[in-house]
Amino acid sequence: MEPFDSPFFQGATPGWFALAILLLPLGGFLFTAFTWKSDFTRKHGHVVPLATIGVALFCALAIFKHAVIDQEPAAAHAAAAEHGAKPAKEHGGGEKAAHEEAPADLGDHRPAWSSKEHGGVYALLSVGSLHIDAGITIDALTAAMLAVVCIVAFLVHLYSVGYMHGDPRFPRFFAFLQLFSFSMLGLVLTDNLLLLFCFWELVGVCSYFLIGFWFEQAEPPKASMKAFMTNRFGDVGFLLGILFAWGIFKTLDIHEIYGRLQHMVATHVETSLFGWGLGAALTVMGLLLFMGPMAKSAQVPLHVWLPDAMAGPTPVSALIHAATMVAAGVYMVGRVYFLFTPTVLGFIAIVGTITALVAATIGLVHNNIKKVLAYSTCSQLGYMMLSLGVGGYSAGLFHLYTHAFFKACLFLGAGSVIHAVHTEDMREMGGLKSKMPSTYRTFFVATLALAGVPFLSGAFSKEMIVEHAIQWGMSGTLAHWLPAIVAIFGGGLTFFYMLRLLYLTFYGTPRDHHKFEHAHESPSTMTIPLFVLGFLAIFSVDWLPIPLFRGMHVPEMLAPPPALASLAVGHAPHHGEESLLLAFIVLVVSVAVLVAGYRLYVRTYKQRNPGPDVWYARFGRLSTTVSRLYYFDEFYQATVVRFGGAVSRAFTRFDVRVVDGAVNGVASLGLALSSLWGTFDRVVVDGTVNFFWHATHFLSRRFRRLQTGNAQDYLAFAVGGIALVSLLFVFLS
Amino acid sequence: MPLLAAEGVSHLGGYVFISSAMFVLGIFTMVTRRNAIYVLMGAELILNAAALNFVAFARHHGGGGGKGGALDGQMFAIFIIILAAAEAAVALGIVLQLYHHFPTIDVSKPDRLGD
Repeated sequence: MEPFDSPFFQGATPGWFALAILLLPLGGFLFTAFTWKSDFTRKHGHVVPLATIGVALFCALAIFKHAVIDQEPAAAHAAAAEHGAKPAKEHGGGEKAAHEEAPADLGDHRPAWSSKEHGGVYALLSVGSLHIDAGITIDALTAAMLAVVCIVAFLVHLYSVGYMHGDPRFPRFFAFLQLFSFSMLGLVLTDNLLLLFCFWELVGVCSYFLIGFWFEQAEPPKASMKAFMTNRFGDVGFLLGILFAWGIFKTLDIHEIYGRLQHMVATHVETSLFGWGLGAALTVMGLLLFMGPMAKSAQVPLHVWLPDAMAGPTPVSALIHAATMVAAGVYMVGRVYFLFTPTVLGFIAIVGTITALVAATIGLVHNNIKKVLAYSTCSQLGYMMLSLGVGGYSAGLFHLYTHAFFKACLFLGAGSVIHAVHTEDMREMGGLKSKMPSTYRTFFVATLALAGVPFLSGAFSKEMIVEHAIQWGMSGTLAHWLPAIVAIFGGGLTFFYMLRLLYLTFYGTPRDHHKFEHAHESPSTMTIPLFVLGFLAIFSVDWLPIPLFRGMHVPEMLAPPPALASLAVGHAPHHGEESLLLAFIVLVVSVAVLVAGYRLYVRTYKQRNPGPDVWYARFGRLSTTVSRLYYFDEFYQATVVRFGGAVSRAFTRFDVRVVDGAVNGVASLGLALSSLWGTFDRVVVDGTVNFFWHATHFLSRRFRRLQTGNAQDYLAFAVGGIALVSLLFVFLS
Repeated sequence: MPLLAAEGVSHLGGYVFISSAMFVLGIFTMVTRRNAIYVLMGAELILNAAALNFVAFARHHGGGGGKGGALDGQMFAIFIIILAAAEAAVALGIVLQLYHHFPTIDVSKPDRLGD
C-alpha cells in the first residue's frame, strides 16, 4: 500500500503507525509499573502515560485519515456497488486486486492495509498443522475504532489527572489505564481470532483490576469478581466458537476465513464440521461466538456485572465500561459479521432488543447516578446489537462511535459531580446547575445527543438503526416488528430517564444542603475533556468543521461486508431501499416520541417538583420489580451461585476425602514403611554391629586374664601350647 | 635292660625317658619356683636334657663310639654346655641387677619395665 500521501507522512506506512499505537501504551505501562516507587513517578505519574497516549492518538488520527478519509471515493463506490452485487462470483479477481487501489471490489472484502501483505507477520504459534500468525490489519472499521479509543483514552487520562489527584495509588491507576489502552488497541488491530481472544481477556483483566481499584472498600472487590466471572461465562462460548471456526476453516486469520468461506460458498460445499451442513455448523459457531460479546457488551441476561462495575473509579467507568471495552463486543460482532447466518443475526437482534428495553426501564428508577448511566450504556449496547442483528451493520457500528463520545462525556460529567459532592446518590444532590456550570452544559448536550435529539450525533446513528429495524420488520412476520417498536419507544424512555437524571442532579432544590454548600466546579483538567467530548457529541458526524474530517461520511465508510454466511444457507440478504420517505417518517416519529418523553417528564417532575421516589408511589409492584433489577441477581443467586456453591462444596468434599485421603494414605504408608525399615535397621544392622561388639567384649574380657605380666605364666602357656600342638599332631597323624 | 649299651640302639628309650624327665622337671621348676636362682637351675636342667638327647640320638645313629662315625651330636652337647655356662653368667648378672633394682629376686614381684 502507498505511504501516506502528504509530505509529512512521507515514507511512513500505516503499519509503523499501528505498531506505535500498540507499543507506546505498553511502554508507558511498563515504565510506570517499574518505576512507581521513584519520586518522579509518584509525583508525576501521569506525564509519561499522557505522552504515550497523546502520540498514540496522533498516530490513530493519521491512520484514520489514511484508511477512511483518503479512501472515501473507493469505499463509497464499494458501498454503492454492494447493493446490487453478487459477491460470490466476484471472487476470482480478488487476489490480484490487492495491489491495485483500495477495497474497490466488494466481492473481496479486504482491509485497507494488512501487515501480511508487507511481510510484517510474526509467527505466534506453530504446532503440527496449527499455525497462528500475529499480524496487524487496518480497515475502516479498525481505523474508526482506533480513533475513538485513542480520543476517549486520551481524554480520560487527562481527566484522571484531576479526578485521581491525591490518591495514594495514583501511578498505579495510570499504569492500569495504559495497560488497558494497549490491550484495547491490540484487540482492535489484530487480524486473527485467537489474538483477538487474548486481547479480549486482557481488557477483561484490566477491567477487573480497575473495578477493584479501591479494594479497601467493601463493594469494589465483589464487583470486580462479579464482572470477571460473568465474562468468563461468555468467554467459554467465545473460545468454543473459535475452536469451531478452526474446525470449519482450518485457520483463524479473519481475512483468510473470509476467503475460505467465499470459496466454500462458490463451490457449494455441503458438509462441514462433524458432517453437519455448512449452514448448521456456521449457525452453531456464530451462536457460540456471540456468547463472548453477550457478556462483554453486557447483553441480557449477562448484563448483571456492568452496573456493579460502577464501583470502580469514574474515569474507568467512562473509558472501559461505557466507551470502549463494552463496545468491544459490538466491534467483534462487526469484525466477524460475514460469519453470522440469519438465525444467529435473528438471535442477536432479539438479545439486543430485550437488552435495550430491560436496561432502559431499570434506568427509570435507579437513584445512583452512575448506575443510571450504566443501565443507559447497557440499553445503548442493546441498540447496537439490535441494529447489527437486523442487518444495520453500518448503523450499529456508527452508533458505537457516536455513543462512545457522548456516553464518555456523561460519565466524566457524573464523575465531576461526584468529585464535587462526594456521593453517587442522586437523592442527596439537586440544584447543582448554578454551582457547576461547565459540567452542567456539557452534560446537557451529551444528554440530548444520547436521547437522539435531531442534528446531534446520537440522532443520526439512532435514526439509522430505527430505519433498519423498520425495514427488517417489513421483510418478515409481525414478530419482526418488535425491534423496530423497541427502538422507537426506547428513544422516549431514554430521553425520560436522562431528563430525570438531569432534574435530580442539576435542577430543583438542593436536598442535602451541607453537600450543596461544599460543591464546586472541577479543575480544568477535568472540564477540558468534558468540553472536547461535548463538542464531539454534537459534531462527530458528517459536517465536522475540522479540515481533517471534512467531507467524510462515517456510515458510508463502514460498508457492510458481503453476507457470506447468509449465502451459505441459501438466504440472499435483503437490502432495503434507501428511502427518503422512510427517513422522514423515522425523523417525525422519533421527534414525536421525544416530545412524549419530554411531556411525561414535565408532568412528572417539572410541575410537581417531587422527590426522587415518585415511581414507587405511582407504579407499586411493577416499579418494585423494575427497581429490583427484574430479579436478575436473585435469579443468579438462586441458580448459578447456588449451583456453583454446591459444585464447589462437592469438590471440597472430594478434595478432603479423596485427594487429602490419598495424600494422607501415602503419608501413612511411608510412615509404616519407614518404621519397618527402622525396625530392620535397629534389629538386623545394629544387631550385627552390636553382636560383634559384644563378642569382642566378651572374648577380650576373658583373654585379658592371660596377660598376667608374669614371665613364668607366659612360659607355662607357651609350654602348654606346644604340648597341645604336639598332642594334636600325635592324634591327627 | 642295661642302662648304657656299649653299642646299638636298644637302650635309646632309657636316655629319652631320662631326658624327658629332666626337661619336664626343668619346665616345672621354671614355672613354679619364685626364686630366680631356681628358675635358672630349671633352665640348666632343660639345657642338659637337650644335650643328653643330642648325645643319645647321635650315639643311636652311629656317631662316635670309635667306629669312625661323625661327632655332630656330641659337638652339639659340648656347645650346649658352653652356651649354658655363658647363659648362666649372663642370667646371674641379670639376677644381680634385679636384686640391685628391686630388693628381691622373686620373679613374680617385678612387673614393670623401665623405671
